[in-house]
Amino acid sequence: MNLAKLTIDNKPVVVEKGTTVLEAAKSIGIKIPSLCYMKMDDMNFENKPGGCRVCVVEVEGRRNLAPACKTECTDGMVVNTHTVRVVNARRTVVELILSDHPAECLTCAKSGECELQDLAQNLGIREIHYTGEQSHYKGDQSPAIIREMDKCIMCRRCETACNEVQTVGVLSAVNRGFESVVAPAFEMDLDHSVCTYCGQCVAVCPTGALTERDYTWKVIEALVNPNKTVVVQTAPAVRAALGESFGMEPGSLVTGKMVSALRKLGFDYVFDTDFAADLTIMEEGTELLDRLSRHLSGDKEVKLPILTSCCPGWVKFFEHQFPEMMDVPSTAKSPQQMFGSIAKSYFAKKMNKKREDLVVVSVMPCLAKKYECTREEFSVNGDPDVNVSISTRELAQLIRNANLDFASLPDEDFDQPLGESSGAAVIFGTTGGVIEAAVRTAYELHTGKHLEKVDFKELRGMEGSRKATVDFDGLKLNIGIAHGLGNARKLLEEVKSGKSEFHAIEIMACPGGCIGGGGQPYHHGNVDILKKRQRAIYEEDKGKPIRKSHDNPFIQVLYKEFLGKPMSDLSHELLHTHYFDRKKKAEVE
Amino acid sequence: MAKIKIPENKVQELKDLCAQFKNEPGELINVLHGAQGMFGYLPAEVQEIVAEGMNVSLAHVYGVVTFYSFFSMLPKGKHPISICMGTACYVRGAEKVLDEFKRHLDVKVGDTTPDGKFSLSCLRCVGACGLAPVVTIGERVYGRVSPEDVKGILGEY
Repeated sequence: MNLAKLTIDNKPVVVEKGTTVLEAAKSIGIKIPSLCYMKMDDMNFENKPGGCRVCVVEVEGRRNLAPACKTECTDGMVVNTHTVRVVNARRTVVELILSDHPAECLTCAKSGECELQDLAQNLGIREIHYTGEQSHYKGDQSPAIIREMDKCIMCRRCETACNEVQTVGVLSAVNRGFESVVAPAFEMDLDHSVCTYCGQCVAVCPTGALTERDYTWKVIEALVNPNKTVVVQTAPAVRAALGESFGMEPGSLVTGKMVSALRKLGFDYVFDTDFAADLTIMEEGTELLDRLSRHLSGDKEVKLPILTSCCPGWVKFFEHQFPEMMDVPSTAKSPQQMFGSIAKSYFAKKMNKKREDLVVVSVMPCLAKKYECTREEFSVNGDPDVNVSISTRELAQLIRNANLDFASLPDEDFDQPLGESSGAAVIFGTTGGVIEAAVRTAYELHTGKHLEKVDFKELRGMEGSRKATVDFDGLKLNIGIAHGLGNARKLLEEVKSGKSEFHAIEIMACPGGCIGGGGQPYHHGNVDILKKRQRAIYEEDKGKPIRKSHDNPFIQVLYKEFLGKPMSDLSHELLHTHYFDRKKKAEVE
Repeated sequence: MAKIKIPENKVQELKDLCAQFKNEPGELINVLHGAQGMFGYLPAEVQEIVAEGMNVSLAHVYGVVTFYSFFSMLPKGKHPISICMGTACYVRGAEKVLDEFKRHLDVKVGDTTPDGKFSLSCLRCVGACGLAPVVTIGERVYGRVSPEDVKGILGEY
């Protein structure tokens, strides 16, 4: 191997040639301040345009300062990361960025989580010595994402997320010089573009330029309205991350505290999206077995592989990019929408309420869910099945507003009947989880045998796309898993060309699945946080007395009292959906 | 943005142009050069066809079009006016001449008059520094232009 021996701040270090000074320094515990740079191993995310110049260091024998993120280590190099010259240059660079940045920290949605703010504080900047023109760009308010480009520092992380990781291709740097800005084609609004609202751009934005559309006030309005019964559902990935917003260790499971907080906030019923995840498995699992048995009996019309359809970002992605394959994904609605549908029919009836008097709020790790609940097909006479969707971050905000000491809240249980769930539902929150849940149920339905070992380790992990074969008592089921839309695209291309050998494929738009969703507490590029959330999800599954969706007693009651059986007419009406060709729609208005 | 309809045969010509460059994303600028030659400018609809043909995102095409000043998304007027802003012309008062054109035509640099007659742009040195400040309208070159001449020059068209 080709090695380079160098010294950084008088510490010797040996690295592989090609390693950058920034990475070499990190490996020996020296954190060089940076701003535009972001790298996430396993996620195919690397952003180092070398544009901000914050990470400059002094290299002995080199005349000018070197950007550590772009400079490769060489043998005998002597690097100093915090000489007076370096610190002065860094301060100048940050002051220049600040001179064209709105000084709105007090009211900015990103305050406290802003990397530019942190940097300015760490450098102790108390005065900006430069004044000049301030740039102003067109803003954009989609149902899910807000773009406030005056706060953009042109780090290009959002472009890397959108174009390279997700391959959605909505964003590009446009114009030149002082006018340059990151924008969709023709500077159109996001809701006219092919944006999937996955929110990965928001997840990596260092400043307040990209944030979620905040609906917390709508929730408060519903809670104080005496004529409304307000029902909340919480997605599986929220409980594995919410604690981070209150200083708890990543991977802390806070299910009980979250329920307790929601009750204190005034929700009339605290339910669980996990219940609807179990319901999704009943419908999607049955659909899988139906397609599979038709395929095995020689039906040439049947579409295989079946693709999961729980993820609204992924749904919008294939509607735009693969409209010719709209009959391949399952027709099952996402758990959020299944929940809304059941809450406003079955539950409303049970409670003797009109559906209009019920407000369904969802707490999601996701920004696409905000968009999903505005889709027309998910409304009845103008009344949406899910009224408001807020992110994990917005829930944390509501909890802070209410002055609750989250860490010391007691553990409480969800309300019934829409609060009971199996371990299979919990793992919906991570990549590989939906298909594992489906396998647990489909195995028993198909073979009629009891499944002893419910943990399918071969389906778990963090690699971008994975494959595994599961033995259904002699029938070998080929399963594909992709997370991140770029990985999904590759599997889709295979399916399109007819080369795919899969029977079922699970796809999640966000890297890591929902645990890495665009609405989760900011990870600031630390992949370990995602891995810890993933572990927490499997831990919760393991601790559940019921591990398979079809064993959920409240699901059994729901079918007995109301739906009949999976894929019945009523199930079709309430729990299944259809897709739209959006290729045309995305064109210039 | 006003919608325009590109005739079928032009669409095919554009697709052929992309194919000529093997639909390679790296050849985008060459294709855009060709496309601007075909249409005189690069309307949104042309960019869409190019994006699809070159396997790049529409945002990327728009990014390139807006970066290079050579590319234009607006049709040029019947008589394109260019004011030289090269050093020699500049020091001899090109800016005042430009202001006068802007005032008379009531358009910004890069825009076209609503009747489509004139478009206004700046350029850097036409190599006739002895005649500074220089203005070109179509193929015609006007030398030693003063602000007072502008009205008369426009009157010729």
